[in-house]
Amino acid sequence: MRDPISSAAPPYPAVAEKFKFYGLWVAAAIALLVLPKLFSSGGSLTTFSLIGISIIFSLSYNILLGQTGMLSFGHAVYYGLGGFLVIHAINMIGINKLPIPLPVVPLIGGLTGLLFAVLLGWVSTQRSGTAFAMISLGVAELIASSALILRTFFGGEAGISANRTKLLRVFDWSFGPQIQIYYLVAAWTLIAVVAMYALTRTPLGRMCNAVRDNPERVQFVGYDPHVVRYLAFCFSGFFAGIAGALAAINFEIANSAYLGAVQSGTVLFATYIGGVGFFIGPIVGAIFVTLLSLGLSDLTPVWQLYFGLIFIAVVVFAPGGITGLLMMHRPLLKAGTLSKVLPSYLIAFVPTLAMIAGLILAIETTVHYTVNPGDDSHIKAFGVNFDAASPYIWAMAAILMIGGFLVARKTWTWVGHAWDEATSMTREEGVAA
Amino acid sequence: MLELIVISTLNGVLFGMLLFLMASGLTVIFSMLGVLNFAHASFYMLGAFFGFQIGRWLGFWPALLIAPLLAGAIGAGVERYGLRRVHKNGHVAELLFTFGLAFAIEEIVQIIWGKSPVDFRVPPLLDFPAFTIFSTNYPAYKMFMLLVSVVIFAALLITLKKTRIGLIVQAALTHPHMVGHLGHNVGRIFMLVFGVGTALAAVAGVIAGPALVTQSNMAGLLGPILFVVVVVGGLGSLPGAFVASLLIGLVQTFAVSMNGSLSGAFGPLSPDYATTWLADIWGVTIAQIAPIMPYVLLVLILIFRPMGLLGTRDT
Repeated sequence: MRDPISSAAPPYPAVAEKFKFYGLWVAAAIALLVLPKLFSSGGSLTTFSLIGISIIFSLSYNILLGQTGMLSFGHAVYYGLGGFLVIHAINMIGINKLPIPLPVVPLIGGLTGLLFAVLLGWVSTQRSGTAFAMISLGVAELIASSALILRTFFGGEAGISANRTKLLRVFDWSFGPQIQIYYLVAAWTLIAVVAMYALTRTPLGRMCNAVRDNPERVQFVGYDPHVVRYLAFCFSGFFAGIAGALAAINFEIANSAYLGAVQSGTVLFATYIGGVGFFIGPIVGAIFVTLLSLGLSDLTPVWQLYFGLIFIAVVVFAPGGITGLLMMHRPLLKAGTLSKVLPSYLIAFVPTLAMIAGLILAIETTVHYTVNPGDDSHIKAFGVNFDAASPYIWAMAAILMIGGFLVARKTWTWVGHAWDEATSMTREEGVAA
Repeated sequence: MLELIVISTLNGVLFGMLLFLMASGLTVIFSMLGVLNFAHASFYMLGAFFGFQIGRWLGFWPALLIAPLLAGAIGAGVERYGLRRVHKNGHVAELLFTFGLAFAIEEIVQIIWGKSPVDFRVPPLLDFPAFTIFSTNYPAYKMFMLLVSVVIFAALLITLKKTRIGLIVQAALTHPHMVGHLGHNVGRIFMLVFGVGTALAAVAGVIAGPALVTQSNMAGLLGPILFVVVVVGGLGSLPGAFVASLLIGLVQTFAVSMNGSLSGAFGPLSPDYATTWLADIWGVTIAQIAPIMPYVLLVLILIFRPMGLLGTRDT
């Protein structure tokens, strides 16, 4: 007779698969080590640090949204409180000369996030769905408004600052230069990513998915969805606290913006644009959104509008996010039918790009007339110079926008047909979607 | 003291009625589409800015009519071409769509009208004190605001309860498929309701614009309070939204006008508290914590009565 447990458990992974799996993490670690050698300027090191912080924060958010199906509008609370506590901790350690080096300080932020998630989570996670979203919003507003009232602790509008170099030194690292902060952030990013990935593989992680998909059934099996949501919420708060702590160490300041609605909105944007369906999604989203916000703000003054429009476009056209879009093509790639859709993509991209260009042109000319009407009408946006007063530019914007829209609509239906054809061929070849 | 109570009650009821103008639309939209419209306060803001701009070109009275129609048309368009597309991706996608929309609308308003408050004035016809109580002049414009809100409230109630359209809307709330089978275009009803709901928010914006500050952050300030109203009243309950609007209006107005603090009440007992880190909590006045009162109320309600004051379903 066969052992029932061994037949129910998934097959033990082959050596090659295990090698691939661990190789991926080792490769990531090596990439993090080598990265500053390739891009050694101060600006890029700061960017990498910000991306690392954003990755931890977005992944912690995805424990809620992607893994457990809870849409939170107030995740920055745990990030911000972690940051504030860490600044206070650094000051306290510095004054009392406690034997605590900086690399373990983010743990204080994590524990702060955990503590507040434990306190606030029980009430918040009683329901999921819209009710949870509204509660998280209310709690976030409550904490953010309180932060402005409790001036001694939160430092009012200006915030509080600390000096990170005054702590106990290990291996003679002062953590003054950005490169050392980069390595600190990189190490914590790797640890947090591995930990959060491991969390998704535990029974708790699986129950979180079950609660997301069918809470009623989870109850029948004998679990309390509320408890599962609460545990997920606590873990999420812990990692958000670590991210906030790293941000506070990076900037050496914590202010009320850390707790605010903008911060909560940014992490939601990053996670959703990256894609909530896959573990790697928030990582992609964090990289994309951080680079986008840094890059766009150099190119145009109204970058936040583009940011919002990109988000809306993702919600409407690609609910799976960037990774969702890419992963859709995996079965086609396996079956070798990808070549069926690629030509139609190329055809569809031309009018779509024209439409987007027209839209950008229209926005930039409007911005010229409303934001700085007195200036010279020869403006520069996205590195292109043009005359905002010229009627040709206006006509071009209108033609690109309307013409592009009409043609794009036509071509995207072709893409749809090509897609259907390719997927049905894939199905015939027997590749699981 | 009596003066304070009378004036605060008037202001509180006024603010509550304004909140209800918006919360009613939000509640009906929620009951119908099952999605909480995050951008609802943005339509309030659009109403205020449209009212300001049209008021400049044509005067206040045409603006009071045109601005809500315009905002309502935009709202209907959003439902028809945005929400309906997103609907198949589930409620989270719908909520996120309105969230992104709120973000984009705020940016667009900032681009067009700038970040600083615009000079939206009370129309000269109403720019006089209506009456004087206890040496305080009460502006006629505020009475006008109250009148408009009450009239719209009554009209809404009669439309929903007594007319044929109201009956169909009510039926579509609970049994959209049955209403569809009876030959009504449910999609169009949804669009209509969304348009009317956003238009109501815009009316609130036009009449509140001159009295409060018309600025690009007004949606961000009011939006969360609006959600508090809807959740406290009970998701999907119109009478609940009414009670909660008045409650929050009164709570906030009374809190703003009070100056008491813990140190004022108990200060002489232990004066040394004022020097410790507790000084913040010790010295803060009720007026200062007025902005967080709605959220405290929200948390209390969620702990003790999770379905809201008059709500029936425990979502």
